[in-house]
Amino acid sequence: MSVFLVKRLLTLMATLIGASMIIFLVMEILPGNPALVILGVDASDEAVLSLTRELGLDRPAPVRYWDWISGLFHGYMGHSYAYKVPVWELVGGALGITIPLALMSLVLSIILALAIGLYAAANHNKAGDVTLMGISQLGISIPNFWLAILLIILFAIQLRWLPAGGFPGWDEGILKCLTALLLPAIALSTVVGAILARITRSSVLEVFREDYVRTARAKGLSERATLWRHVLRNALIPVLTVTGIQFAALLTGTVVVENVFHIPGLGSLVLKAINNRDTIVVENVVLLLATMVITVNFIVDILYAVVDPRLKAHDI
Amino acid sequence: MSTNRSTSFASRSRKSRSFVIGSVMTGFLLLCAVISLFWTPGSAFDISIANRFLPPSADHWLGTDQFGRDIISMLMTGTQNSIVVAVVAVSIGLSIGVSLGLLAAARGGWTEELIMRFSDFSFAFPAILSAIMLTAILGPGGVNSILAIGLYNIPVFARLTRGSANAIWTREFVMAARAAGKGRFRITFEHILPNILSIIVVQATILFAIAILAEAALSYLGLGTQPPDPSWGRMLNEAQALIFLDPMQAIYPGLAIAIAVFGLNLLGDGLRDILDPRLSRTR
Amino acid sequence: MTLLSVHDLSVFLATSDGPARAVRNLTFTLERGQTLGIVGESGCGKSMTALALMRLLPERSTTTGEIILDGSDLQKQSESEMCHVRGNRMAMIFQEPMTSLNPVHTVGRQIMEPLRLHRGLSITEARQEAIRLLDRVGIPNPMKRIENYPHQLSGGQRQRVMIAMALSCGPDILIADEPTTALDVTIQDQILDLIQVLVHEEGMALILISHDLGVISENTDNVMVMYGGAAVETGKTAHIFDDLSHPYTQGLFAAMPRLGRARGSRLVTIPGTVPDLVSLPSGCTFTDRCPLATEICRDTPPPVIVAAADHNVACHHLSEARSKRTEELFS
Repeated sequence: MSVFLVKRLLTLMATLIGASMIIFLVMEILPGNPALVILGVDASDEAVLSLTRELGLDRPAPVRYWDWISGLFHGYMGHSYAYKVPVWELVGGALGITIPLALMSLVLSIILALAIGLYAAANHNKAGDVTLMGISQLGISIPNFWLAILLIILFAIQLRWLPAGGFPGWDEGILKCLTALLLPAIALSTVVGAILARITRSSVLEVFREDYVRTARAKGLSERATLWRHVLRNALIPVLTVTGIQFAALLTGTVVVENVFHIPGLGSLVLKAINNRDTIVVENVVLLLATMVITVNFIVDILYAVVDPRLKAHDI
Repeated sequence: MSTNRSTSFASRSRKSRSFVIGSVMTGFLLLCAVISLFWTPGSAFDISIANRFLPPSADHWLGTDQFGRDIISMLMTGTQNSIVVAVVAVSIGLSIGVSLGLLAAARGGWTEELIMRFSDFSFAFPAILSAIMLTAILGPGGVNSILAIGLYNIPVFARLTRGSANAIWTREFVMAARAAGKGRFRITFEHILPNILSIIVVQATILFAIAILAEAALSYLGLGTQPPDPSWGRMLNEAQALIFLDPMQAIYPGLAIAIAVFGLNLLGDGLRDILDPRLSRTR
Repeated sequence: MTLLSVHDLSVFLATSDGPARAVRNLTFTLERGQTLGIVGESGCGKSMTALALMRLLPERSTTTGEIILDGSDLQKQSESEMCHVRGNRMAMIFQEPMTSLNPVHTVGRQIMEPLRLHRGLSITEARQEAIRLLDRVGIPNPMKRIENYPHQLSGGQRQRVMIAMALSCGPDILIADEPTTALDVTIQDQILDLIQVLVHEEGMALILISHDLGVISENTDNVMVMYGGAAVETGKTAHIFDDLSHPYTQGLFAAMPRLGRARGSRLVTIPGTVPDLVSLPSGCTFTDRCPLATEICRDTPPPVIVAAADHNVACHHLSEARSKRTEELFS
């Protein structure tokens, strides 16, 4: 394994540990006893005390943190207070919906971004370019949950093509499930796709001015061949960076959009947990979402090195 | 010298279409907020079952909602809410983040390392995620959503400030100031801050738009502004339940958010064109 | 038949301050195996001329005149026909070997590209040929180097790769635009020698562009001195260096640092700076910096005077310029 990969893996681990510490700090150490949160302010002191002991909150913080983390390695996230079941039973199913939704949206936004960005760059300053960039500027400004509502009004209520919400469950067949996820994915990918399209366009235009593009033309490559063989790969480097950053936005977007469509993913789960004062569920879901953000950025880092051979050299 | 600069700023401002349109849209929203402090066409608070679901008319420009409240008045009052949340949240992020970034660049060494690693970790927590954590502990509410958005803004500003400040620290005129024996604190305020101010202003404008989006999302989820205070996000939440009955109610608040965010984004783009002509030429 | 014949070539660039004449009314010919040097300060239109020959000028420019390669006018050819000329019949190497190579592809892949495109070689054939070419341009261990990325090579090696790439399809004309400017002084001579040897062995014609009179005098048969987009002096290199005529050429020569110059003698500089192309006078482009300039120079284009066989000068005050010593002109 290369030095580059080892270094990135170590950074990944460090970031994960740091993130889990921040979550633990906010949820369990900062003012606000989870027992009090669960029982509400009117609860008697004895009730709070006994719940504190039941939840193990009377033990020292480092011990509790260690228990949480070592539990995670054994697949144990603690017990939900509201539902009296292991947290994993709640999270596992939700994860099976949120991850496909996030991936579907990511793929959709990348397709959208490349198609629009490349077309606009190829028709630089012509009508098509100006129109598409105007639309994408609008797309960036639209809140995804509003777009979700608009999509429901149009496709579910007016046209009746797609379901207005809900999720049938994977047993009901993949096609049905993907249909249920289609509108949420469109709502999520429009904004991210618009941002990435603008980055793609400006990046492609930038690379077109590079000396090595002139070299490629001087070799006799046509404009189209130059674009595919010499421009695209270099232009993808900044697009990758922004994709990594935007994935966080996409994921938090799923939290909101899942609630618009009443899809039982992590977003719906965490909101229910907040209303039930089920802090341990919130804690674990936030860690999961943070882990997904960190992992995607790790993958982006690795992809960099694949796309740009100079990076590996700098690191060694 | 200063007049020279301001005239060129003015002339460049007029040339930037983004800046003009963005300022007009942002100005319009500010105006709505200010007017709504004194006067609204109807009442954003009074519940009157007799007047529910009225169609648009001279009395109720956009009609009324399921409680008989005047929709245009709610939208106008909601502007106040969005602006206050955004201003406070961005100010929190700006003051703390910029200070940390300047400190990191000025001190270097382990101070810089610590601040930057910390902002690395917090990058895994977008505004909505930190708001979810905070509301889980402190309970939903407008103040908590401001706090959450503000916290999210801190590392964004810290990174940007540190990066741009480091670039200025290597410039000749800073070297000269150091050679002249000026302290790091003094150089930071005399040379570093003035030179990165425009970058920070542009970023603040864009984060302003993001803050408005985040506040609307949180209020939509029921974690932000609580009733009866009108907020665009809440209005959308309430309208969604009536989507079969009165879909138009779900259109207006979203449009208001989109106008605000669009205007601010354009303003940010325009400001970047004007303040940093080098960047704008690439378009 | 003449290999390359350029007639009345002009290039206009659209700038924010209005159209700029980057190249004005150039006429010259190039025979097989001949070498032509184009010399002048930066911004005088040398590179623009080269790019115009390749039809690689930026989009917002117009080119007028004739560029006749082997009897056919390149100006009239379609874009796809031009693609067949570029890299195949006319190849070019550039000033910055670092930025002129694509950082994300191996050098082997970049050399193989024209081979596959113009000579239709298979991947294995192209690979063999690329290794041979790398060996030819003096890169040690070409089997291994072919897998390297540009950032793994030294500046001199990168320029050798550029040369190998230009050479790959056996072009009739090689255009070298400041090929050694970005390199260490010690490497410069090696690269120039390499170009000389290859041009001679392959029987190519060479257009060598440089701001350095020394480089031009040692490496070319003919020379064209350019200022402000116009050719001010052309002819056989040997003649011109024996008999510097145009005031600008004299100034350029006097400004060149040389070994063996008498101690204490000052290095001469031409007053003023290279002008803005937009604001050049319609007559002689050198008017504003010329010590001999009079009213006529500004508005009337100077006549091309045959100073000697194979030696043309465009100047209103040629006899005066030739009678004075360089030190008198620029003091």
